[in-house]
Amino acid sequence: MRKASHSSIAAFGACILGVTSVAIVVVALWTAKPVAAVVTGRVGERLIYPSPLEMLQSADGKQLFVLCNESDEVRVLDATTGAAMKSIQVGHVPRGFSLSPDGSRLFVTNSWDDTLSVIDTASLQVIATWHVGAEPSSVLEDHARRYLFVANRISNDVAVLNPQTGAEIKRLSAGRGASYMALSPDGRKLFVTHVYPNPSAYPKQPASEITVIDTQRAAVVDRMQLHSIAGVFHLAISEDGRLGVAAELHPKNLVPLAHLEHGGAFEDTLMLFGADVGNQTVEVPLDELERYAARPFGVAITPDKSRLYVSNSGSEIVTVIDLPRLLRYIHLHRAPFVQDLSASSNYVITRIHVGHDPRGLLVTRDGSKVMVANRLEDTISVIDTRTNRLSSTIQLAGPAKLSVLRYGEQTFYTARYSFQGQIGCANCHIDSTFDGLEWDLEPDGFGRDIVDNRLIEDLKGTEPYKWNGGNPNLPTECGPRTEKYFWRSANYDDLTLADLVTYMLSLPPRPNRWKLPGYELTPAQARGKVIFERTVDNFGNPIPLQNRCSYCHSGPKGTDQKSFDVGTRKPTDDMSRFDTPQLTNIALTAPYLHDGSAATLEEIWTVFNPDDKHGRTNDLTKDELNDLIEYLRTR
Amino acid sequence: MKNFLVTISLMAAGVCAVAAKPNIPAPVKVPQMPHYRFENFTTANGLPDDHVYSVLVDGDRIWAGTDNGLAVYEDHKWKTYTTKDGLAHRAVLSLALDKNTGDVWAGTMGGLSRISGGHIDTFTQLNSGLSNNVVYGVSVSGDEVWVATAAGGCRYNVRTEQWDLYNERNTPMEEIWVYGVSATPTKVYYAVWGSGVLEYDQRTKAWDRYDDPDGETQLVLFKDQGLIHEITSSVSYVDNVLWVSTYMGDSRYDGRYWHNFLTIDSGLPSNFTNLVKGVDANHAWFCTDRGLAYYDGKDWAVYRPSLTNGRPEMIVRDAEGHVTNIPVTTAPAHNYILGIDFQGNDIWVATAKGLSHGILQR
Repeated sequence: MRKASHSSIAAFGACILGVTSVAIVVVALWTAKPVAAVVTGRVGERLIYPSPLEMLQSADGKQLFVLCNESDEVRVLDATTGAAMKSIQVGHVPRGFSLSPDGSRLFVTNSWDDTLSVIDTASLQVIATWHVGAEPSSVLEDHARRYLFVANRISNDVAVLNPQTGAEIKRLSAGRGASYMALSPDGRKLFVTHVYPNPSAYPKQPASEITVIDTQRAAVVDRMQLHSIAGVFHLAISEDGRLGVAAELHPKNLVPLAHLEHGGAFEDTLMLFGADVGNQTVEVPLDELERYAARPFGVAITPDKSRLYVSNSGSEIVTVIDLPRLLRYIHLHRAPFVQDLSASSNYVITRIHVGHDPRGLLVTRDGSKVMVANRLEDTISVIDTRTNRLSSTIQLAGPAKLSVLRYGEQTFYTARYSFQGQIGCANCHIDSTFDGLEWDLEPDGFGRDIVDNRLIEDLKGTEPYKWNGGNPNLPTECGPRTEKYFWRSANYDDLTLADLVTYMLSLPPRPNRWKLPGYELTPAQARGKVIFERTVDNFGNPIPLQNRCSYCHSGPKGTDQKSFDVGTRKPTDDMSRFDTPQLTNIALTAPYLHDGSAATLEEIWTVFNPDDKHGRTNDLTKDELNDLIEYLRTR
Repeated sequence: MKNFLVTISLMAAGVCAVAAKPNIPAPVKVPQMPHYRFENFTTANGLPDDHVYSVLVDGDRIWAGTDNGLAVYEDHKWKTYTTKDGLAHRAVLSLALDKNTGDVWAGTMGGLSRISGGHIDTFTQLNSGLSNNVVYGVSVSGDEVWVATAAGGCRYNVRTEQWDLYNERNTPMEEIWVYGVSATPTKVYYAVWGSGVLEYDQRTKAWDRYDDPDGETQLVLFKDQGLIHEITSSVSYVDNVLWVSTYMGDSRYDGRYWHNFLTIDSGLPSNFTNLVKGVDANHAWFCTDRGLAYYDGKDWAVYRPSLTNGRPEMIVRDAEGHVTNIPVTTAPAHNYILGIDFQGNDIWVATAKGLSHGILQR
């Protein structure tokens, strides 16, 4: 295996942020072999890049379908030459796609407009657009063609549709942030992962699951529990059906993050399941000391089951695993393996450097090639499975210039800035959102000052940052603070930091799914709004200013940008005043309060507001509290 | 001569006998009511507790809500879910199956639990919009879970995660102690302890209320003119017919006419009925404190251990009031019956001292 050295970035040039082009040289020295030397200017204009996320091969093997996440299209390429054949416009922010069993139709989930595009693969035209659940993220039709399953990230479920009409038959509850699916080769079982952890008691290691659906009955028959896991992505099933593999994150969120140098933030792991591992779940690490495999995302098993390929989006590599050796290793050794940074050397063959933010993987039908979509580089890396080396790179047509926003996004998603390349911003802000975890961040002792991770959408006008309000602006939050406490290294140059901040401030709020189409309020929401804005309690007594919901949670973002003591300090907290969090998409971001101790919105007031310091609420009936929550969900 | 006289005497006696025949009661034709062989489950053969509040048939699986956990019988083995598995409370009072998804909902003394794929999620009055942790009844219709609690009714939409609460502030409910619920796509009924029956029309979203017309707690002055009593314990709405149990008799309402059932003029073994479950518009099972009763629209049958000697008994009462004891060798585990569900031709019965499987014999 290649010897790795830590990364360095050199940037030169000058610019006026967001306006002027600059010259910058980025030399990635993450390994002895440079990844890609990008010499280009960064421009302030907002450019739309293809951003390939997933790939599929047509039934006859002649076409390669590429799902382009930012340009809202499916590109059709010649599978042999990589030449562009056609572009098919779909809905907004497509996230997943799949072919019908006979290959005649291509289903695309459009995550921001909650639709499914149906493409006829003969005419390469969209023939139908169906409305589905909230933030549909992947889709699969069962072999018998009775059901079309759609994993919805925000509604935490799997919708079961009629594959001919798109009519929804039922919804099956899945894990929180249901996102990726795989069918067993016999088509009888559907396995579903989810990217946010399931609710668990505070403070506790996170828990996730692989939801198992019987495709004949379209019913959940099992939920394989994944202990200490938060963030499960693609999964693959071997052709003999005996082995399943899921890519996942194993956060160590209750260990102070200051211990990054001791491997104290995340383990990047795989979860194995199926008959090959005794029908249990076995977690195996991908990391090696000083060679982390940050953020495993895509997984693919070769048809002969000899190799397993894993895309590691943070490390910008594809990890190649010898599957027989892996199975032999776990049968000969005693679990748990996850803490053993020497384990992966027993089964990882090599780590192949690819482009920025590698995501979806595809093994060609003959097993001779593996392709990986480099989302933030608009390329597809082609790996020869005989040599496990890059054989070619397909460049997708798109803007030639590198924009400030794209560079900022690359900075957000890479792990190269942190100590040993362990983590990146996107580790805790999955797909630029949040992770549903509470973290022990500061080097002030185990279990002190636990803080909840917050959403980073629509950030402008919500400063200061951190729960203690200590960082007045994003350059402070993302610069010195992040470098000192998170990355444990100091290596952002000013322009990179400026681009990162520009990217983060550009993140829009996701569409609020609780708002009615015309933004009118339901009766319950309207009653809740009255409670939110009330100045007199149920007994006719005036509510002091600071005890009104609308006082601290004022303005369009729902924050007055000040700190208050709302009576939520715990014995492990060093302070009692906390920054007023914005209410943007508050329904999505459980747990709540500064330390994540409230598992639900209800608990903020039913458990943690005994003295009415967090708003006057103890006079409310249960009906009224429910109404208040219905209104908050619209924010 | 002597023989002649004897012959005449015998003939006369025969004539007299024939003449006397109309005065002997004709043999009663006993109605054919279902016979069951009961197999009983207790802690001795796998149940976590003998006190079984509720039972639910889920295909080949049987769920039993006991005083000490939720047990499921599958492949001839019992498995028990407890609070360690996430169950809201050890005492499981009510059960409902979401036939669409296969999820099971359990109402407990400490909240509402959903069992899905072997995993439990729990909703309480603190972590959710549930109005009260004491959940007496639960029923599923479409995406909505209807709940009867000690502080009113609730509706939880599994798709939108919205809770709607129903109580004295927004319905004609005087008391908020809600004992039972039966939800269908057209109507939803709540059995409100001390406040009769509440009806919700799913189409018009309007509430209506049914009360005891005489308002008497001990007397029935207006029989068959309305609900038999205000203290309702359960409701069952099937084939557009409402069955209601109370602690003072039971009722059937077809949307136009009420019919009341009391021990004095029916085969009910007791007026104290914990639960009624309709099979269809004309057939129903009554779970009383003195045995399990079946009504086929005309005749009655009661299954129980004898109240005097504990021996298994089956009592059939026809429409004319003729009562016949049918010899049987098995009976439900106890005569205090709390719940029932159907598995094809078989029945599963929750009792105060065990769960019983009634296997249809004929």
